[in-house]
Amino acid sequence: MSSTASVTPQQYLERQGRWHPLEIAFWLATLLPYVLFPDYLSLASQIAAAALFALSLDLILGYAGVVSLGHAAFFGVGAYTAGIFSKYVWGDVFSGLVVAAALAALTGWASSFIVARFRHLTLIMITLGLGLLLAEAANRAHWLTGGSDGLQGMAIAPIFGVFNFDLYGKTAYAYSLAVLFVMFLAARRLVHSPFGLALRGIRENFVRMPAIGAESRAHIRTVYTIAAGMAGIAGALIAQTTQTVALESIGFQRSADVLVMLVLGGAGRLYGGLIGSIIFMIARDQLSGMAPQYWYFWIGVLLITVVMVLPNGILGGLSVLWSRWRKR
Amino acid sequence: MTAAALEMRGLSKSFGSLAVARDITLDLPAGARYALIGPNGAGKTTLINLVTGMLAPDSGQIFLAGEDVTDLEPQARVKRGLARTFQINTLFAGLNPLEAVTLAVCEREGIARRFWRPLATNGAAIDEAYEILRKLKLADVCYQITRELPYGRQRLLEIALALATRPRVLLLDEPAAGVPPEESGDIFEVVAGLSDELSVLFIEHDMHIVFRFATHIIVLVAGAVFTQGSPKEIAADPSVREVYLGTRKHG
Repeated sequence: MSSTASVTPQQYLERQGRWHPLEIAFWLATLLPYVLFPDYLSLASQIAAAALFALSLDLILGYAGVVSLGHAAFFGVGAYTAGIFSKYVWGDVFSGLVVAAALAALTGWASSFIVARFRHLTLIMITLGLGLLLAEAANRAHWLTGGSDGLQGMAIAPIFGVFNFDLYGKTAYAYSLAVLFVMFLAARRLVHSPFGLALRGIRENFVRMPAIGAESRAHIRTVYTIAAGMAGIAGALIAQTTQTVALESIGFQRSADVLVMLVLGGAGRLYGGLIGSIIFMIARDQLSGMAPQYWYFWIGVLLITVVMVLPNGILGGLSVLWSRWRKR
Repeated sequence: MTAAALEMRGLSKSFGSLAVARDITLDLPAGARYALIGPNGAGKTTLINLVTGMLAPDSGQIFLAGEDVTDLEPQARVKRGLARTFQINTLFAGLNPLEAVTLAVCEREGIARRFWRPLATNGAAIDEAYEILRKLKLADVCYQITRELPYGRQRLLEIALALATRPRVLLLDEPAAGVPPEESGDIFEVVAGLSDELSVLFIEHDMHIVFRFATHIIVLVAGAVFTQGSPKEIAADPSVREVYLGTRKHG
């Protein structure tokens, strides 16, 4: 408390947006797989894409309190767009990302007009319904998406015309990590902006917002569109690095998984989705090796334990410990 | 003739067969300090909900500085200078007072849509928020998370949030509700110290406070205006005594 007593309000808010040494350590540590786990770079690349997906969900759920059980719709739109774009138009990854983000954001913007009108259980059901709708559309459009056989025939060009996507995932991980980092910087900027504060206002008290003159619905539409675009980029990353798009990309299971990742790590914190996706993906990789049939059992155990013991996720629990330790 | 700051014309509202507002017509002149009193269930909070747009009236109209705002959404009325506080704390529990009031200022200034520049670069908005907090004696707790503030401070933050919208009309729904009697005077000192250009209508049960701070009293009974007048007239009115002062029950 005394450390903030002499700080002006502006300095105080400026400090909240400042980089913490632990953050720098975290991002340096993301390079470790190249040295320590060179056999797991493909997994690391998938984790980076999952982390971006969880980060996008965090913007709507963690910050604005908008619950969604259909977030994979945008992931899937991004994945299919990137795949189809490479097949029929051009193999360049960056233009593929941009087109995927644009189309996913457009889908998000269109659905945001419905989403911004509802809350709680109704909203969960609406997002779930929209997700199922798009998943079934992707299944039916076999001629375009390959349906349940998956999208075949993607042609991804080497990055900058030089770096091929190799079997070991060296290029894939560097590419996914770079995209994740850039998107993280954007999310971080958004969270510390006046708009980010307004989102937290919506989450903290939806009833009060109109009473201070806030256009909450317009805010929700904006953040929903941004999060959809970001989820689309995550989907495009998976499509480009694995050179195929499975129907699961847009399925309900993926919407549920990303929710689990975010809740495990801690919603409403920039690193919650990142930490959650690392734990979830590594656990899945290890557990499915040990017990291919039953690995979701252990994910269930992990989820229940974390939610009961640490209501604000692993990061929420750590931050409580950290502040207790500092007070001593 | 200049229009009243706030006019209600024939406001009515029923929930099923229960009429909670019956043909309410009231004027709130500029700079007014009006009190709205009445027994529990008289429809005082309902009236505030109708005026601010949180409830839609079945019939009647609401004018703000002469402009018909009956069909406007609550946030649009706030933008036109109508602010309220809540009887039960309706605060941003996870934000601190500085963030909450800065948010209200940002919404008023249209800054809250900007997602690219850091919040801290909006010096004018932050300074204004801090100034409001300072005036309401909340400066020393402005970095403390709202849910951990003492209750009396939270009541003041209710007012601070409303003031940040820069209202011309302020509706206070029992600003001192739940505050011990010895502290409720402090909250009304804040109300009394507000700008003369601001029109204030407040709901309050404590008659000492009402007689001390109100220039005009409106008595609401069963959803209708029972009577209104100066504090002296109301105090001398035996029928008011009967419907309200006599029954010494309130929340």
